[in-house]
Amino acid sequence: MTTLELTAVVASGSFAAGALGALTGLGGGVVLVPLLVLGLGVDMRYAVGASLVSVIATSSGAAAAYVREGYTNLRIGMLLEIATTTGALAGASLATRVSAPVVAAIFGAVLLWSALSPTPVEHAAADARPNRLAARLRLAGTYPEREGERPYAARNVPAGFALMSLAGVLSGLLGIGSGAVKVLAMDRAMRLPFKVSTTTSNFMIGVTAAASAGIYLARGYVDPVLAAPVTLGVLAGSLVGARFLVRAPTHALRTIFRVVLLALAAEMIRSAWTGRI
Amino acid sequence: MDEDRRLADRALEIVVARLLQGGVLLAAVIVTGGSLVFLGRHAGDPTHYRSFHGEPHALRSVRAILEGAFAGDARAVTQLGLLVLIATPVARVALAALGFALERDRLYTGVALLVLGLLAFGLSGL
Repeated sequence: MTTLELTAVVASGSFAAGALGALTGLGGGVVLVPLLVLGLGVDMRYAVGASLVSVIATSSGAAAAYVREGYTNLRIGMLLEIATTTGALAGASLATRVSAPVVAAIFGAVLLWSALSPTPVEHAAADARPNRLAARLRLAGTYPEREGERPYAARNVPAGFALMSLAGVLSGLLGIGSGAVKVLAMDRAMRLPFKVSTTTSNFMIGVTAAASAGIYLARGYVDPVLAAPVTLGVLAGSLVGARFLVRAPTHALRTIFRVVLLALAAEMIRSAWTGRI
Repeated sequence: MDEDRRLADRALEIVVARLLQGGVLLAAVIVTGGSLVFLGRHAGDPTHYRSFHGEPHALRSVRAILEGAFAGDARAVTQLGLLVLIATPVARVALAALGFALERDRLYTGVALLVLGLLAFGLSGL
């Protein structure tokens, strides 16, 4: 394949991944590495390097819009970034020690989990009175609702912190944003309002990825000719996807995306097993 | 939370949003420019991503990338755009630290500086 052909294929595939990720809210980054590795035979390390850089672009691009709406909680995000960046540094150094088939198998497991995990639904916001630890760390805030500003407070901070460390490790090891684990930590464990969880998670993804991106770049995993169409494609796709979010048949798209994830998970694990990766 | 602090937080959040958008836009412009020039020169070249060789040292450190970019190497220009992209969230953490310091919030100034330190550790190899 020539450089021009590869650029065209990678850019359009990344565009589709970004658009589908934004439309379904399931994150498109997780299909990039399988697309490159299984679809185009790209080495795992180049694929992870390119994907990781693109994650920063989509996170920062989308976060800019969310922050302005007033859902993102800078303090909660910043505190949890201690956990995600530490995890990301560990994950990136792990990536250079673990063999490609093992990374591929872990990737397959994460794809499987993404495919099968239920879509987070809006639940009643937790008790607005913070417990002692949350009060001490001032992990509370308000978010805009139709009736005005509504107060909330974080719960289970240690559990949230632990899950965030795991999200960081997966991000650094696999070159993904691991937004799903971050939302799990904030939405399920810390009982934060859904909108606050998703937007703050998105805001954190870029910082988490930047922590391991330096390690990847210094080790020669980031190829500009491959990373450019991935980054620009996903960024354009996610912006277009976010624009059509309101009109799209979200439910049908989610089902399609889950089937895609399931197929990729099976193929990723099979390839790792048979030594094709 | 008192009203003053809430308004200060809001102002900080909006500055941060602008910074993120500006950084991504700048990175996208540089990456697009570098890629187009490279494609113009090397469209028909075969690709070599099936096996891992690692990037040349000219594309692995900030100094080498800057030197290459100013010498007109299209791949180094693209890599420079990716460096700008990586720098964007780092700048936003630094800005948040400054904002918290201006609000005299010592706890979160410390938290932001700790995150900045972790990021610096990750980027120290560049």
